[in-house]
Amino acid sequence: MSDNRIILENVSKFYGEVLGVNRVNLSIPPGVTGLVGPNGSGKTTLMNLMTGLIHPTEGHVSVLGISPTRPEELFRRVGYCAQFDSFPKGVTGFSFIYNTLRLHGLDDRESVRLAHEALERVGMTEPALRKVAGYSKGMRQRIRLAQAIAHHPTVLVLDEPLNGLDPMARAESLELFQALGKEGLHVIISSHILHELDKMSDQVILMSSGYVVAEGQIHAVRTEVKEHPMQILIRCSDPNLLASRVFAQDHVVEAKLNDDGKGVLVRTRDADAFYLLLNQLVVKDKLSLETVAPADDDVNSVYQYLIGSENKTI
Amino acid sequence: MTRLAQLRTTLSEQPWELWMRQIAAVLRMDLRKNFLSRRGIWIYLLAFAPVVIITLHAIIDRHSGSMREDTEVLAGIFQFFYLRLGIFFGCLGIFTWLFRGEIIEKSLHYYFLAPVKREVLLLGKFAGGVVTSVTLFGLGVFTSFAMMYLRFGDAGQYYVFNGPGMGQLSAYLGVTVLACIGYGSVFLALSLLFKNPIIPAILVLGWETFTPVLPSLVQRFSITYYLKQLCPVSIPGEGLLALFTVVSQPVGTVAAILGPIVLAAFVLVLAFKLVRRLEISYVAD
Repeated sequence: MSDNRIILENVSKFYGEVLGVNRVNLSIPPGVTGLVGPNGSGKTTLMNLMTGLIHPTEGHVSVLGISPTRPEELFRRVGYCAQFDSFPKGVTGFSFIYNTLRLHGLDDRESVRLAHEALERVGMTEPALRKVAGYSKGMRQRIRLAQAIAHHPTVLVLDEPLNGLDPMARAESLELFQALGKEGLHVIISSHILHELDKMSDQVILMSSGYVVAEGQIHAVRTEVKEHPMQILIRCSDPNLLASRVFAQDHVVEAKLNDDGKGVLVRTRDADAFYLLLNQLVVKDKLSLETVAPADDDVNSVYQYLIGSENKTI
Repeated sequence: MTRLAQLRTTLSEQPWELWMRQIAAVLRMDLRKNFLSRRGIWIYLLAFAPVVIITLHAIIDRHSGSMREDTEVLAGIFQFFYLRLGIFFGCLGIFTWLFRGEIIEKSLHYYFLAPVKREVLLLGKFAGGVVTSVTLFGLGVFTSFAMMYLRFGDAGQYYVFNGPGMGQLSAYLGVTVLACIGYGSVFLALSLLFKNPIIPAILVLGWETFTPVLPSLVQRFSITYYLKQLCPVSIPGEGLLALFTVVSQPVGTVAAILGPIVLAAFVLVLAFKLVRRLEISYVAD
């Protein structure tokens, strides 16, 4: 089981007296995992701990059963696109990736092949022979991504990989991450663009001030946030009738008609009870449903409920 | 199974071929940086400054001076300049920059994110430093030697090829290699231990200078203690100068060759521990 997961057991990291992360317990399955939190919440620290760039003050980290203290094994299976926007002096896009592959111990031919393959995958074939120093921020971001995926890792750790990318490149990168997640890879991705994370993440980890505030599939996390009633939008044939019926229930705190008069936004403390009630009303009152959709069952809402009030910037 | 047999089995199971390929990859990347970096110009100056002086001396004093005198002058240049200053500070510049430079340029994490044992990475970088320093200072010493005897024409040629000249040149080059290995290992370890290794390096310089006044057992932890004995031409030292030239209790030639190598190996083992603990925290650095 642990051989297929990224596990952090009671992990703490202090930089002198400054807290990086504190008592983190995680067991991350394959798929796309979004790491969400404001600046300074510990996202990068967590990623650096997973990849052995820093060592935990306390606790243990294991990536697919490998300790990050064994880079010679770890980085055969892990690729990390770190946030540092710096490169060795004088390298071209191609030589940057090629040199890393040679460090893996690969021969010249294989390194050239894999470097070209990675460059093609991130759409950087054309400028590959130009010096990285002359690249735009988005190009540098993509060349770092190419370096992280060049050796076909099974775990991909990406720290703010969408920073600096234009909308086109961003959409392509998101598609790539989703495809990698579907291939069974672990893709750990931090981003402050919550709606994009929402679209591609199978699960999320919410962090604040060095602590993991919540983790899991976004729907499950949302369900756990009891203090904020769940918002559900229903579009049906008779929204007035529906509003009057549901408002009589104890768990429903608000039933608001949409401006267009065709839908009701219900806020309920018990979503399961509400869905049960809705089924009964559909049968009893012969309501015709068009859509039933949670209105705040996304990363952005969960983030706002759990963290947003403490930290405005992310 | 005896311990020796266990060790033999463990060693034979290690991926030596992979490690060699990885060391070669690090070496290839680092050599380009070491030789072509603009910040290394002063090391070139250190290595070749005596060549300029000897060349000027050969031009200006071409009709005066004896070969015996110049042999002693060359020995002085080697022992006082190259050994005490040139190679020492050159190695300081080259070896402390191997990791510290990557930290300052925020590129060390690329090495750490490759499947390379930290010890292998350190050996690769150390090898890069040794090749660089030996090439620069070896060339400097060789050219100084050539320029010194070139002005004597046939007599100089005879001294080099039929007299003790070639043996002296080999000894100078051998001592240069040992000095680069010895000093290099120390400065590499210091760069992993201190953010600014200049002050510890000055302490090392003090140690290397004043150990001759300490008990002989303590002297064996100094690199110059061994190197002085391997220098082919002794310089008559009096007063304070004797501190730099006289060896109070010399060891045999083999021990003098092995001494700096063993010291370097010991320091590199300590450096292995330091590099394993090294974290990427560019902000703090």
